[in-house]
Amino acid sequence: MIDRQNSSDSESSGVTRRTALKAVGATLGAAAFAKAISPLTEWAAHESIDDFLQKHYRELSPVDMAVVLERIAQDTREDYGAEVEVADHRPQPGVKLGYALNLSICVGCRRCAQACHVENNHDRPSGNSYIRVLEMEKGSLDMAKGNVNYDGPVPKPDKFYMPVQCQQCDHPPCVDVCPVEATWKEDDGIVVVDYNWCIGCRYCEAACPYHARRFNWTKPRIPAAEVNPHQSYLSNRIRPQGVMEKCTYCLHRTRDGRLPACLEACPTGARVFGNLLDPESEIRWVLAHKRVFVLKEELGTKPSFFYFFDE
Amino acid sequence: MSKSVPTPPAGPVSIGTPDDHLHSYPKFLWRAVRDATDGSPWFYAWMVLLTGVSLVGLHAWAVQVRDGMIVTGMTDHVSWGVYIANFTFMVGLAAGGVMMVIPAYLYHDHEMHDVTIVGELLAIAAVVMAICFVVVDLGRPDRFWHLIPGLGQFNFPISMLTWDVIVLNGYLLINLHICGYLLYMRFRGQRPNPRWYVPFVFLSIAWAISIHTVTAFLYSGLGGRPFWNTALLAPRFLVTAFVSGPAFIIVALLFLRRWCDVTIGDRPVQILVNIVRVTLLINLLMVVSELFTELYAGSAHTASLRYLFFGLHGAHGLVPWIWTAVVMGVIAAVMFLRPHVERHPSWLIVACLFAFVGIWIEKGMGLIVPAFIPSPLHEIVEYQPSMVETQISAGIWAWGFLILTVGLKVALPILRQPFPEESELKIKNSGGQADRSSLGVRHP
Repeated sequence: MIDRQNSSDSESSGVTRRTALKAVGATLGAAAFAKAISPLTEWAAHESIDDFLQKHYRELSPVDMAVVLERIAQDTREDYGAEVEVADHRPQPGVKLGYALNLSICVGCRRCAQACHVENNHDRPSGNSYIRVLEMEKGSLDMAKGNVNYDGPVPKPDKFYMPVQCQQCDHPPCVDVCPVEATWKEDDGIVVVDYNWCIGCRYCEAACPYHARRFNWTKPRIPAAEVNPHQSYLSNRIRPQGVMEKCTYCLHRTRDGRLPACLEACPTGARVFGNLLDPESEIRWVLAHKRVFVLKEELGTKPSFFYFFDE
Repeated sequence: MSKSVPTPPAGPVSIGTPDDHLHSYPKFLWRAVRDATDGSPWFYAWMVLLTGVSLVGLHAWAVQVRDGMIVTGMTDHVSWGVYIANFTFMVGLAAGGVMMVIPAYLYHDHEMHDVTIVGELLAIAAVVMAICFVVVDLGRPDRFWHLIPGLGQFNFPISMLTWDVIVLNGYLLINLHICGYLLYMRFRGQRPNPRWYVPFVFLSIAWAISIHTVTAFLYSGLGGRPFWNTALLAPRFLVTAFVSGPAFIIVALLFLRRWCDVTIGDRPVQILVNIVRVTLLINLLMVVSELFTELYAGSAHTASLRYLFFGLHGAHGLVPWIWTAVVMGVIAAVMFLRPHVERHPSWLIVACLFAFVGIWIEKGMGLIVPAFIPSPLHEIVEYQPSMVETQISAGIWAWGFLILTVGLKVALPILRQPFPEESELKIKNSGGQADRSSLGVRHP
């Protein structure tokens, strides 16, 4: 800020009243400045230097990563009082993960969204989830006629229901726009975020045509007893304040051969998940035998998330 | 350091030895600091006010960093708000300064040439503000270094934001160099060597166009936001930049002429008025063109535009704003058409103010917020800036005015006596203190 510059001016003839006033002004200004930035110092007290200097995910050696994972578990213990295990699940070779959803049998119960909320350690007060369920009018795929804030018993006779989450696009606009490569597409097709590298500019949130990304507007709040302790660096570990997050098809589960939490929660079996590269997989059967469509195909994003109707 | 100055436009001038500069540059900086902190009671009052507002903004930002951006009015639905709105406007303001440079250097208008530094200083202040508005929009400003090429991961050339980082910082450096060099030469009582700044001036012209084009591409490149995804965006950005920039400069010139003892002929004002006359009308044409194309066909992609101008499903937060902007734009356009408007300062200032505020609304909130309403899943969530956002934005505006004020204050000698010509400058530079009265003397 502009200080009034101390004015022990060698050229001026001694201390004039003006220089004295300037000195007073500068002192007051400096004091006001210190007071103004005091919240920053409070904030900085909670930030570690290791965290600040941490390298990009893809530049961390296995040894670095082990240290980082331990630090995250430690921080979670201190901040949330929860014992957690943070791993770094890597993609399996020969796997491309895909999702399909049967709109004919989805009843709009939102259990998938709820399961996501719990599984992925979302902020409790905001009720955040990576899935939004649209109640759509029969006879139209126009989302403008959809409604996410529906209530009452479901399914309603004149409606159908369309859950939307990250489409894990093959041409993800969110990845293109990121100025610091904090988000990228992994070999198994999952678009991930390095929560320790994201600068929080939210350009990806503006770029995503599916409203799939979320920002951590504040530090997530979760009671210790509700923290899901099975965590992964790129997916469901508790996110820091001020960074982006998104659906990862529960990579901490699916890269271990398990199914996504949203699928397990679905009471109707509307969700089909699997390896798109495996010709014997159920999802390949769906793609081959059902009339499948993707959302906003005209944008050229090439989703790995498919919707279909039964006959 | 009394020096004889060669007759212009004789090329190389005595540029001094490195030792010489080692000696005089710190003195120059010291002198600049003194100039910037010395003035009338009005000047002090103005500076204290700006400092105060800046500090309020700084404090609000510190709170935002500590508590998270939950203290803003933004949400996952409207994830950019008043910061990015102001950022966009500031880039335009910075680019608008070039409308003084083009007449001065491409058309060799001497009167304009003498006051071009006002546009360059405005560019500096506006770019600094633009950068500040981006920084306060970051959720993790502490990770700013991730954006530094070499240190972090710079997603160039894919991410348009990295282009913006380059062009904005480049534009800042170019203008800092031009202004710094001219002021320093003036301090040394030397005629500036064109080799050291004219190429940069021409570079700055191309660069000014680039900063606003790149910023428009930032938005228009997003296929998922139909409101932005139009080829008209970049041309419209430039045209509005050439309204807001010149409008601001006209007011600044009138102020300098009236209150700061600077002789400014009618001609620079006239040129700027002519520019604004045209650009205001072109902008209105573009607004109409966009409205017609979107609304006549009535496609589903017009939801954001309808929200902005008419409201959508009962949500109409921006409707009064955008119509205010349109009305102001129309009034300004009409007012600017008055013959010899440059001879009616009060009238002209009102016209400039209307044009300026109109563009600020239109290219600020009116451009950024509607793109998020409705959301890509067609949810309608409205946005209103919070107190913290308002304080931070006001703080950055004050900070920008502070930079501009200091810049103009330091540049006053140059403005009062554009450049030393044949006659020897009577600068008694003993101990770095130039005789103020001689600096203030107007060139005959």
